[in-house]
Amino acid sequence: MTVLINDTGFLTTDPTRWIDPEARIDLPSDTDPARLRCLLIGKELVRIAFSSFSDGRGFTLARLIRQQGYKGWLRAQGHVIADQYAMARRSGFDDVEIDDDLATRQPEDQWLARANWQAHDYQSRLRGIAA
Amino acid sequence: MYRYTDFDAAFVAERNAQFRAQVERRIDGSLTEDEFKPLRLMNGLYLQLHAYMLRVAVPYGTLSSAQMRQLAYIAERWDKGYGHFTTRQNIQFNWPTLRDVPDMLDALAEVQMHAIQTSGNTIRNVTADHFAGAAADEIADPRPVAELIRQWSTDHPEFQFLPRKFKIAVTGSPNDRAVTKAHDIGLRMVRNEVGEPGFEVIVGGGLGRTPMIGKVVRDFLPEADLLPYLEAVVSVWNLLGRRDNKYKSRIKITVHEHGIDDIRARVEERFALLRPAFTGVDQQLYAQIKSDFEAPAFADRDTAPFDQAYANDPVFRSWADTNLSAHRAPGHAIAQISLKAHGATPGDATADQMRVMADLAEWFGHDELRVSHEQNIVLPHVHKADLPAVHAALKDAGLATANIGRISDIIACPGMDYCALATARSIPIAQEIATRFDQLKLENEVGDLKIKISGCINACGHHHVGHIGILGLDRAGVENYQITLGGDHTETAAIGQRTGPGFSADEIVPAIERIVDTYLSERDSADEAFIDTFARVGMTPFKTALYGESERKQKAA
Ligand code: HEM
Ligand code: SF4
Repeated sequence: MTVLINDTGFLTTDPTRWIDPEARIDLPSDTDPARLRCLLIGKELVRIAFSSFSDGRGFTLARLIRQQGYKGWLRAQGHVIADQYAMARRSGFDDVEIDDDLATRQPEDQWLARANWQAHDYQSRLRGIAA
Repeated sequence: MYRYTDFDAAFVAERNAQFRAQVERRIDGSLTEDEFKPLRLMNGLYLQLHAYMLRVAVPYGTLSSAQMRQLAYIAERWDKGYGHFTTRQNIQFNWPTLRDVPDMLDALAEVQMHAIQTSGNTIRNVTADHFAGAAADEIADPRPVAELIRQWSTDHPEFQFLPRKFKIAVTGSPNDRAVTKAHDIGLRMVRNEVGEPGFEVIVGGGLGRTPMIGKVVRDFLPEADLLPYLEAVVSVWNLLGRRDNKYKSRIKITVHEHGIDDIRARVEERFALLRPAFTGVDQQLYAQIKSDFEAPAFADRDTAPFDQAYANDPVFRSWADTNLSAHRAPGHAIAQISLKAHGATPGDATADQMRVMADLAEWFGHDELRVSHEQNIVLPHVHKADLPAVHAALKDAGLATANIGRISDIIACPGMDYCALATARSIPIAQEIATRFDQLKLENEVGDLKIKISGCINACGHHHVGHIGILGLDRAGVENYQITLGGDHTETAAIGQRTGPGFSADEIVPAIERIVDTYLSERDSADEAFIDTFARVGMTPFKTALYGESERKQKAA
């Protein structure tokens, strides 16, 4: 089983449960960025896989997806650690999906500790986005 | 000098609190050693052969006297009373314990310093010309650019788990003292035909096991496009760079495998996508940063004390001849403090020495110090009238070695004495070479000659770009030192060529002596520097001097 996490902590229901299966897509971390535009057509939930927390491609993919104007749900799924929660949110993800083992080892409080991801962010400062 | 804004100070405090918690979570098992590793690395904490090592950022090499004194305090309180200045303008403490590191980071924050992104697969501490703001040949001060990049790269959410480390260097002078062509990105501040400021962007340089000279990816980038363009380069590489083999993951390999034209096309496309996110607020911040770097008020004074000391004191004269460089303000000089006393560990300074250097900066140097990539300390703004007093104080502290740019001003990596990856010792070789040429009293005769030594193929000691490069390898359990000649770390950057088979630890110093003798007999005058003689006469005479006997023997056999 997996656990969904957002700024409020561990979720008990999936906020995307209403989304049609047709409108969902899972993207691996080696997705060719040139294909994103086609892949996203008609999608409302995009999950990007993190096979290892040390592989940061998913953050850049999320950023590119947002920069192309995608407004739907964006989810980081796999080996993302609590220390990366702020990076995930700042890159454009709405939430994170991890497996139960990791959720046991890194309980809710460790994720909530980074719920303040909008503060202390050089990127918003340099882009003139108020925190 | 740059002063932290409230934002910077709050950021560093928050980050230190996070790291303190991460150390606790490692100890309670929430974080595995694998997961903790990149987190400690992005906070400057390495695990070395004998202990942890904390690498503290000295952004663009600039320090105030208060910062230098705090480094001295940290060295005494939590380390063994000394620190090691590195080739990337950082300082390393070699003996901290894990539990103490959060306190050390708090002590750094007190003087607006940190250890963020000094290691790990992130954008590393940005380096710049160590003569910035003082050099007579400078077009523009690179430090405000480096500070802007520091802010942009710090905690960049996309770029904390890159394929590999990523290093950026900036120079504002035509004479490149920042080795921009051996960096992942090198930036040269230039002006276009109509005089607007911008950058030449060089990408894909690097040393290590596959040395590469960087290539120009954009010959003129307007100033305001800098951050989105850098973001485009790193974004392209983050997805394209190889993650299957860590020896092929640096951007130099990506550029090599795809070709510079392909990379340029991808970067320009990505740049077009990312550019609109920058609305110009970054340029307002850049303007504020620039105002922090305004030149100090340089006094107009008589230089008589300097002239007298120069005429009458031969020790002062020889120090002045080697360790001073031209300053842009009349009556001033850039003074370098050598951390290469003959027989000492290159780049090491004791806490007491750090305090002496801090005092001199405060009294005579507009409160500024620089760390050079050649592992020396620079007093960038000293009035010549004060130099005799500066020199006298340096002499008392064992810091008046007159050898900047000379054969004993050697860059050496930590090698087998500290490093888990080493295949040979490098510090003792540097010590032996320096001591030998000091005995021979040949240093001034030989003049400008840069020796750079690495203790393994990773090339932390920049041996590829040394006029004489020495690479320590392991041949069936025995140290073996390979020599390269003709490397160049400046705007005419070049990778040195191998002379042939390597030498044992006993043979290496005599081999260097034979190379120097060959240079002295081949040069057309005392004005022709080693690197120029090598360019003119080529490898052959040096090869003959090194292998003449044995090669002939081999052919005969
Ligand atoms: C624990 C082992 C190591 C030690 C003690 C060490 C030491 C150093 C030092 C002191 C520097 C200057 C650093 C700075 O101020 O940022 C440096 C830079 C460098 N390190 Fe290491 N290093 C180690 C591991 C490695 C590894 C594993 C690699 C590559 C696989 C590597 C490649 C380099 C390179 C290529 C440079 C500088 C040249 C460049 O920027 O291209 N080092 N290292
Ligand atoms: S060159 Fe090799 S031996 Fe020297 S510090 Fe780097 S990794 Fe260690």
